[in-house]
Amino acid sequence: MSHIAVTDQPDESKHPHSFITKYVWSQDHKVIAIQYGITAIFVGLIALALSALMRLQLGFPDTFSFIDPAAYLQFVTMHGMIMVIYLLTALLLGGFGNYLIPLMIGARDMVFPYLNMLSYWTYLLSVVVLLASFFVVGGPTGAGWTLYPPQAILPGTPGADAGIVLMLLSLAIFIVAFTMGGLNYVTTILQARTRGMTLMRMPLTIWGIFIATILGLLAFPALLVSAIMMLLDKVAGTSFFMPALLSLGEQLDYSGGSPILFQHLFWFFGHPEVYIVALPAFGMVSDVLATHARKNIFGYRMMVWAIVAIGGLSFVVWAHHMYVSGMNPYFGFFFATTTLIIAVPTALKVYNWVLTLWRGNIHLTTPMLFAIGFIFTFVHGGLTGLFLGNVVVDLPLSDTYFVVAHFHMVMGVSPIMVLFAAIYHWFPKVTGRFLHEGWGKFHFWATFLGTYAVYLPMHYLGFLGVPRRYFAISGSDFIPESAQSLNAGITVSAIIVGVVQLVFIANLIWSLRNGKPAGSNPWQATTLEWQTEHTRPGHGNWGKTVPVVYRWAYDYSVPGVKADFIPQNVPNEQLEFTDEQLYRESQQ
Amino acid sequence: MAIIIVLVLLVLGSVVFHFISPWWFTPIASNWQSIDTTINITFWVTGFVFVAVNLFLAYAVFRYRFNTNRKADYQPENKKLESWLTVFTTVGIVAMLAPGLYVWGQFVEVPADATEVEAVGQQWHWSFRLPGEDNILGEVDPRLISDSNPFGINPADPAGQDDILVQSNELVLPLNKPVKVLLRSKDVLHNFAVPQFRVKMDLVPGMVTYLWFTPTRQGRFDIMCEELCGVAHFAMRGKVRVIAEPEYQKWLAAQPTFLQSQNRYAGDAQLGRTMYQVCAACHGAAGEGNTQLNAPALAGQSRWYLKRQLQHYQQGVRGSSEGDLYGAQMVAMANMLQDEQTQANVLSFIDSLPAPKIKRADGDLQRGRALYRNCSYCHGSRAQGMYAMNAPALTALDASYLRRQLDYFKQGVRGSHNSDFYGAQMQLMAQSLHSEQDYAAVIAYIASLSDSAGSENATLRSAP
Repeated sequence: MSHIAVTDQPDESKHPHSFITKYVWSQDHKVIAIQYGITAIFVGLIALALSALMRLQLGFPDTFSFIDPAAYLQFVTMHGMIMVIYLLTALLLGGFGNYLIPLMIGARDMVFPYLNMLSYWTYLLSVVVLLASFFVVGGPTGAGWTLYPPQAILPGTPGADAGIVLMLLSLAIFIVAFTMGGLNYVTTILQARTRGMTLMRMPLTIWGIFIATILGLLAFPALLVSAIMMLLDKVAGTSFFMPALLSLGEQLDYSGGSPILFQHLFWFFGHPEVYIVALPAFGMVSDVLATHARKNIFGYRMMVWAIVAIGGLSFVVWAHHMYVSGMNPYFGFFFATTTLIIAVPTALKVYNWVLTLWRGNIHLTTPMLFAIGFIFTFVHGGLTGLFLGNVVVDLPLSDTYFVVAHFHMVMGVSPIMVLFAAIYHWFPKVTGRFLHEGWGKFHFWATFLGTYAVYLPMHYLGFLGVPRRYFAISGSDFIPESAQSLNAGITVSAIIVGVVQLVFIANLIWSLRNGKPAGSNPWQATTLEWQTEHTRPGHGNWGKTVPVVYRWAYDYSVPGVKADFIPQNVPNEQLEFTDEQLYRESQQ
Repeated sequence: MAIIIVLVLLVLGSVVFHFISPWWFTPIASNWQSIDTTINITFWVTGFVFVAVNLFLAYAVFRYRFNTNRKADYQPENKKLESWLTVFTTVGIVAMLAPGLYVWGQFVEVPADATEVEAVGQQWHWSFRLPGEDNILGEVDPRLISDSNPFGINPADPAGQDDILVQSNELVLPLNKPVKVLLRSKDVLHNFAVPQFRVKMDLVPGMVTYLWFTPTRQGRFDIMCEELCGVAHFAMRGKVRVIAEPEYQKWLAAQPTFLQSQNRYAGDAQLGRTMYQVCAACHGAAGEGNTQLNAPALAGQSRWYLKRQLQHYQQGVRGSSEGDLYGAQMVAMANMLQDEQTQANVLSFIDSLPAPKIKRADGDLQRGRALYRNCSYCHGSRAQGMYAMNAPALTALDASYLRRQLDYFKQGVRGSHNSDFYGAQMQLMAQSLHSEQDYAAVIAYIASLSDSAGSENATLRSAP
């Protein structure tokens, strides 16, 4: 069931030999992972620059002549869409999913390597189409990342001609890419686990990626459908989402469509999307915490079921994004209840992370610092979610800066803390070298404190009632001058955080050649990816024989055993016991 | 070690920040104190968890930091502890959810004695409709919306004839009376939000949504659009004025009904010619304007805009602020046109004058074109002005007048009066211009449009 005979027999003739087949049209999951990673980080840097531009306008309005209201909305939109889809989703699943799945479950590669390669190149195409919209007449769309019709396709919104068309096309292409990759991840996890790797022995990283991918496969079609329908509304004059209406004083030909229908479809995708990003992060941070605290993850079974429960529940909470959308208000009762229920498994995960540290032996390495940073920021972002999920509390806060602060905390900062933890943790496996520890710590402190300085006060602008997506907030009596000063402060912090990321990029490049050599298992971790014959692992991952798994992924500090970790592929017969243990056994 | 100190400081700092933050909810002005109560409950529950979890985290990291002589514990799970944590979390969730749903129930059920008001949103303005004496709002259809029927009221529906129309960004409400606001959009999504009232709801084209509240405090509050509605979303702001009942009745009586709005006196250009001679002294015999006398052209300007400006001068909305010298001159002149018929006659005469030719102005046309993109949504791609967008024609205006008005908007000389809603929007929009070059460029571009727009103007400016 859990392994495939063919992959047990490496066929030397199948190894790629030319540069092109090794690094460009590569079918090796590790190379594809790096291709995904580099592309995602590249577009992520563009999105980071866009956020800096947007913050410049908010912090210092009436100063920069190249930022007008249209450009501002374009920055907001492209920043959001790139970060959510083209960076986070692509990096977590296309990047880490690709790299870690075969290695952590003891497979030689994905089950469909060719499809895996197509997935990356299709993703790259979606990125090219997306970036092309910066260069067309009217520029990229400025409809907000939610792309709500009618305004997304009407002339009062920037990029309502070519910009929105390219955005919708790019999304459709991305979904094709994701589907090819996603089917692969799920099938590989189900079919290509090595002997002994039962589902309940899988590291939580794999559980997170597995359930997130299933969510993606079920949720992305809703986005695909809405993108296609909106495209038709735009170019073919259909009225899926367009009722009879005017635009800038002119009667249009549309009639009978429903803008709310789009919102339901969008959030039917959009809410699971939150967990498509969060679940892999939950999984990876669990493994980082266990490894660097030298302790088993606390409540593993609970953690697995929490991931599954969160994944399931994430499909019945979508309309909490729509409490004030004008949908039937009685929905509010249902969606507020489901939304607050999802807090229970989520809270349990948080407790279990902290309890994993309890009675551990904690190494404060850079990955561990980022993991602790994740717990803090995720607790913050999760708790503010309880405000917005509770329908009546959402009324005053919806569409204000409280929402912006909340989702950046929970879906921006905290998964990115995990991404950094993961990069510092797995970089030695990918390259054979450590990232520079001193720069890493500097990167952590500036990012952690900087982002908190950005987002904590931002919540309070929301309490005050400052609306989001405003080019300028002057001119309303209830917004005091001090709110503008606060905005300036937030901008300064945000720009510092942005610049510090360049230190991280420099660290990545520098350490590639100059980093301290790491050996094959520098963190003394139990999971299979650290037990490869070579570091960096070669094509086929395992040399002659694939590993066999004898235990779960968290045998750290097992009593009576000499080493403080037992790799998953070590059988009991090979264990070295402590003297006391041997003595105790001899007494029995 | 640093991480432990920082975690503790962040927890304490967040709590301190919470209590000293000057940015907090606006003082409430509606019946929804119960919403504030649910927020407070949420704060106590989540605040406790935030402090407890993070301090425990800090303590765990401190207590179990790396020590070569210690081995970590091996404890895969603890059923009892996990069950207790589940129960404890569930109790916290219920404590927040139950009162929340109870208050939501109140929000969903509108009290029977609530009076209905319709708020109509469009890019980027508000207008309002009251049901009139019969207490029934007349039927509407977006297909009927036109310059002469901006609400799209069905003229054949008897219930609509007495509907009271408020063509202004200001909603007036009586104190302490529950009100159900019906929300309707002409074009895209909008949102009706008043921070002091706590409640908000989207406006969705193709359907009518609602919210309700009881204003409990007299005053003037901001209506913010809180659903992205295009380029000037941030400038779509209205006002709601809450006044005592007797004052409200007086205000109500002064508003026109739909029927009245359809039967306005059209004006007689021949009669207007005589009266116009007073204006001609500065604005020129053909309404072409006079740069030396700082008088803008009137010919080629939209009639409805001229009318609104005359009213603004009369009411002290324009020309009353310090620094607006030429506006102050106009106040006296406008007061000569108090009578509605005389006013209509003069406007009809101005309407009959051909638009003047405007001199080209110096400036970077390419840059001007890019900058003008933001203006074009309301003023039209050829600066012809649009009644539907409440935006005047710009093509007939000479460079020095345009420049002076832009300066006025930037400096707050114009658009700062409480009732100058469109001027206030221009203050916001003018924020996209920053340098001398920007001004020159956009003005030069507008001037370059005047040749092509002249003929179109003639047809467009005759809207009511």
